[in-house]
Amino acid sequence: MSRRLLNFLLPLGTGVLMVGIWYAIRHGLSEDMKFLLPTPDEIWAALAANSESLSRATLNTTKGAVLGFGFAVVISFGLALILSLSNLIRASLYPYLMILQMMPIIVIAPILVLWVGAGLNSVVIITFLICFFPLVVNTTQGLISTDRNLVELFRMYRANRWQETFLLRVPAALPYFFTGLRIAAVLAPIGALVGDYTAGSSAGDGGGLGFQAIIYSSQAKYPALFATAAVTCVLGFVFAGGVHILSWLSLSKWHDSYHRSDT
Amino acid sequence: MSVPPIVAFTNVVKRYGDGPVVLDGVCFDAAPGDFISLIGPSGCGKSTILRLIAGLSPVTSGSLTIDGRTPEAAAAELAFVFQEPTLLPWLNVGHNVEVAQQLRGVPAPARAAARRRALELVRLTGRESAFPRQLSGGQKMRVSLARALTLEPKILLLDEPFGALDEMTREHLNEELLDIRQQQAWTTFFVTHSVAEAVFLSNRIFVMSANPGRIHREVQVDFPYPRTEATRRSRPYHDLVSEVSRLLRSVEST
Ligand SMILES: Nc1ncnc2c1ncn2[C@@H]1O[C@H](COP(=O)(O)OP(=O)(O)OP(=O)(O)O)[C@@H](O)[C@H]1O
Ligand SMILES: [Mg+2]
Repeated sequence: MSRRLLNFLLPLGTGVLMVGIWYAIRHGLSEDMKFLLPTPDEIWAALAANSESLSRATLNTTKGAVLGFGFAVVISFGLALILSLSNLIRASLYPYLMILQMMPIIVIAPILVLWVGAGLNSVVIITFLICFFPLVVNTTQGLISTDRNLVELFRMYRANRWQETFLLRVPAALPYFFTGLRIAAVLAPIGALVGDYTAGSSAGDGGGLGFQAIIYSSQAKYPALFATAAVTCVLGFVFAGGVHILSWLSLSKWHDSYHRSDT
Repeated sequence: MSVPPIVAFTNVVKRYGDGPVVLDGVCFDAAPGDFISLIGPSGCGKSTILRLIAGLSPVTSGSLTIDGRTPEAAAAELAFVFQEPTLLPWLNVGHNVEVAQQLRGVPAPARAAARRRALELVRLTGRESAFPRQLSGGQKMRVSLARALTLEPKILLLDEPFGALDEMTREHLNEELLDIRQQQAWTTFFVTHSVAEAVFLSNRIFVMSANPGRIHREVQVDFPYPRTEATRRSRPYHDLVSEVSRLLRSVEST
């Protein structure tokens, strides 16, 4: 069987198996416990029944995730350029970046609510905080790992600082940048959801998926809660997929990571 | 009256920082059009001589002039081919060849003609859109050479450019190099570990000794250019190769 077909059939098989187990467990539960695990078709029905509130929440969460992720990409890139300038700058700033990463969101959220109010603003900042660290660390590593021979070549032809940065260091850092981007893309929807859960608000735009989850759970709408989880997964896949496509577009022609078993 | 030298070393001493003396009292004049090979034990300072000429590192004492100027002032006159191809992996062959001009500030439309000519010289026409990972070692080296040629330099510095290649490819590229030299008359400095290559290419060979690095002996090679496969089979060629090899062995055993 061809490798490609196998790559497609294997995960499909695993999926079918898991759904089978799912139904089996559900079947085994006693009547008064069945609410604990809705079946896929019940979840699908809940999705349809709550489509209006879910799609609004999805839109809001997507907005928060995209904005937080976008700001994190742009600002981390700028900071990485500064950090790559010297060891001294790195040594003086790295500890604080670590602290930024280590601060628990649960604690920051109420402070942010105090400062910028509950809702989108807080969600964007929390997403930003979650995405920022892997981006800045990877991009900086990439910018300082340029092949010494290539740097020498640029010095030889009297390249100015601008040329050395944008014709050499930045393109050479792209594979590292995309490593950070892949991690951040998976974190962004989760960050927006957590942000919404801890600092969301139904005021104004009506809140995102995290806020919606709080509502469903308080109303004991368990299938809808599962539907919310499913929508979050889809959002995560869209983000990760988008970054994979971007990465493929910018690296596949030249980078070895795309040509492992090439013949 | 003789032509003024294009490269003049007078009692050049070089040490890196406060390390040991790497080059000690190096003296020579290179006339325009000379093809000078530097040969000698590892660490004797061959690459250092090229780096001094390129202005990548300053001389410690003595004087070095390029075309009557300091190496820094004459930087625009020369091109350097490193031991590694040092291509930018994210650029295709065409763009890689243009990089040297790009860094020198030549605008894009003006670069195209020089790129085409250089690729033709190294016989890589039609491979413009290939990426470095799709090329063989010899082809990469030719791209690196083409990149240097786009500058039509007065002085071409080559640091063991064919060191990593097999004998056949190397001989082939040697002939190509001399062909191209017919069309672009550089003064050439060529570092190599291969005596045969040095004799085939050069009109002057500097045999160097190490610790500290000195020019131990200069050997003149008088075979007329163009040199071909027939030169390689000739008796005088073989005699000279053995003579230089003997010199090199005597230097390396001390
Ligand atoms: N950047 C540097 N800093 C300090 N010492 C250096 C530097 N570059 C070279 N050296 C020293 O200078 C000496 C000559 O080095 P160089 O690279 O010129 O030798 P080489 O003749 O080219 O040797 P090889 O044939 O191995 O390439 C060596 O002892 C080396 O350790
Ligand atoms: Mg060397």
